[in-house]
Amino acid sequence: MSSMKDKCIIEGYTPWQETTPGGVVTSTGNAHYYKTGGWRAEKPIWLKDKCKQCLLCWPTCPDSSIPVEDKKRVDFDFDHCKGCGVCAAVCPFAAIDMVPEGK
Amino acid sequence: MAIRDKLSGNEAVAVAMRQINPDVVAAFPITPSTEVPQYFSSYVADGLVDTEFVAVESEHSAMSACIGAQAAGGRAMTATSSAGLALMWEMLYIAASSRLPMVMSLVTRALSGPINIHNDHSDAMGCRDSGWIQLFGENNQEAYDNFIMALRVGEHKDVQLPVLNCYDGFITSHSVENMELLEDNLVKDFVGEYKPQHYMLNSKQQIAVGPLDLPPHYFEHKRLQAEAMRNAKNVILEVSAEFEKMTGRKYGLFEEYRMEDAEIAMVILGSTAGTAKYVIDELREKGVKAGLIKIRVFRPFPAEELAAALSHCKAIAIMDKADGFNAKGGALFNEIRSAMYDGDARPAIVNYIYGLGGRDVRTNDLEKVYDALAEIVATGVVGDPYRYVGVIDANDVAVQAEAAAARE
Amino acid sequence: MSNVLEIRWHGRGGQGAKTASLLLAEAAFDTGKYIQGFPEYGPERMGAPITAYNRISDKPITIHCNIYEPDYVVVVDETLLDVVDVTSGLKAHGAIIVNTEKTPEEMKEKLSTYNYSGRVYTVDAKKISMETLGRYFPNTPMLGAVVKVANVMDEKVFIESMDNSFKHKFASKPTVIAPNMEAVKRALVEVKGA
Repeated sequence: MSSMKDKCIIEGYTPWQETTPGGVVTSTGNAHYYKTGGWRAEKPIWLKDKCKQCLLCWPTCPDSSIPVEDKKRVDFDFDHCKGCGVCAAVCPFAAIDMVPEGK
Repeated sequence: MAIRDKLSGNEAVAVAMRQINPDVVAAFPITPSTEVPQYFSSYVADGLVDTEFVAVESEHSAMSACIGAQAAGGRAMTATSSAGLALMWEMLYIAASSRLPMVMSLVTRALSGPINIHNDHSDAMGCRDSGWIQLFGENNQEAYDNFIMALRVGEHKDVQLPVLNCYDGFITSHSVENMELLEDNLVKDFVGEYKPQHYMLNSKQQIAVGPLDLPPHYFEHKRLQAEAMRNAKNVILEVSAEFEKMTGRKYGLFEEYRMEDAEIAMVILGSTAGTAKYVIDELREKGVKAGLIKIRVFRPFPAEELAAALSHCKAIAIMDKADGFNAKGGALFNEIRSAMYDGDARPAIVNYIYGLGGRDVRTNDLEKVYDALAEIVATGVVGDPYRYVGVIDANDVAVQAEAAAARE
Repeated sequence: MSNVLEIRWHGRGGQGAKTASLLLAEAAFDTGKYIQGFPEYGPERMGAPITAYNRISDKPITIHCNIYEPDYVVVVDETLLDVVDVTSGLKAHGAIIVNTEKTPEEMKEKLSTYNYSGRVYTVDAKKISMETLGRYFPNTPMLGAVVKVANVMDEKVFIESMDNSFKHKFASKPTVIAPNMEAVKRALVEVKGA
């Protein structure tokens, strides 16, 4: 997994001899490489037709999993969305549905 | 070359700090360590150092501030005693496991309770497994010298661990003695610049310190930390050799005093070693083959070297200035007895708890210990190895006679 | 401890016995000796009996315990004589120096209640202090007295050393340097023994 090493991410099963003293993380912003999408039990569905692009969902997302392009939100970043449902709860237009994962 | 002076232990350490000119000193006062930041703060006020002095509101904060400063890439220092160290407990482990080579003077004092401001080693022994290197000094000179060497040891790339400079409260900290100071420029050259591999104020490489470390990684980080402590032994010897070249003062892992042909020996930490040397000289004049090992480096523990140095003795007293409360002797006793297990030599080993809470350790207390060792050699009977000396004991006839004389 | 001179100071918190022991250590240091000066910390309250110690030697001193058999005892406060056995362990060839207006003979009689029959010296440190400093700081005259009696060092060297110490200690109030020196010098002359 040399690509991960380039990003200063220490993989599981790394021998102690190759880890960093004190577990210091020698780069920043690398939480991006840690995929938390697998933690999701419920999945948000973006109902594009109902969405007014008010963007209230965007700042409430704890995992920065609602990408915004050209001042408009696009579909969820399912690599990182944990399915907490905060976005669905705050949406004034019922434009986000929560459905069980795998259905 | 050397500057002949007379200083208290605390003042000597404060002078060393001034000569080193650290980036940050964060401290909270507690007897008997208070004078260290007190003297140092006057150097700050007088503009003799560039240090940021942080007057924090507790020892927990003092250690936290030092951790932050050291992680940022600075040299951080502090001093404490007893309950102050106890309040730092959580942060001691964080400093060590984050591999932050700060230096702290531990002016050893009894832990409460009952509350007591005087010297013993219960504070130092309490943190012995926190991951800090622990150096013990016998007198003001050693407190000063160890402090200067501590930086080089802790900051070495193979070590990267914090160092405790331990010396005895009041006995060393408040006693004025002769000593030799180094010139400021020699100290500066010896400690050099601190150049950490990773530090938080490095604009070229952003890092994160103190991560959540879950089961896939934590064990490996601790194993790496353990290796650093193993590496420390050689680094201490290297740094000490370099220091000797500069000063002529020789430091090892421990000091052997008249051990070459010793049949009975004492192993001890701190200021009482000096009193023991005096007692040994008197015993030697009477033909008693008595010796002493004074441990300088308690962490990492020099087990193999101690076992070798003690192997020719017939009976050994391990002196603990802190009780173990395991009902089986003090920490030093258990570690040395464990160290002897791998060797063929099996001298008789007994433990003495002594000097708790500032109980003065007199020459005749130490004579009693050597007498008891001679008795073991003569009779071959060890008896109860878990012993006390200097405590007023209703069953100790000699002590009761002394007490009766004192009451008169 | 034949080659080490051991001195025990008895005073009350606030009278400067600890400071005096440190000043004596400094003065002896200036003559090239190895020294120790250390107090025995007790309740640390104004008025509480305190003890301080000096060891002075031509050779390095390793011993780190209190002094039980002193060569000399200095009593900074006479009222301690009824509270503490100041003669405890005092060596037969040694001497005790007491701050009192009493004569050495009178003091000797008082100390005989402790079965002490060695040399006794007295100096009226209160009178000296009041007449030179205008305030009661007995430690300075007592320092002069002990140097004289114990023959710790050459008087001239001692006076020079004290002058340097006071100049350093009283850098911010230089007017008290001369009176302190006067107090030391008078004690050197006025201490009497039997």
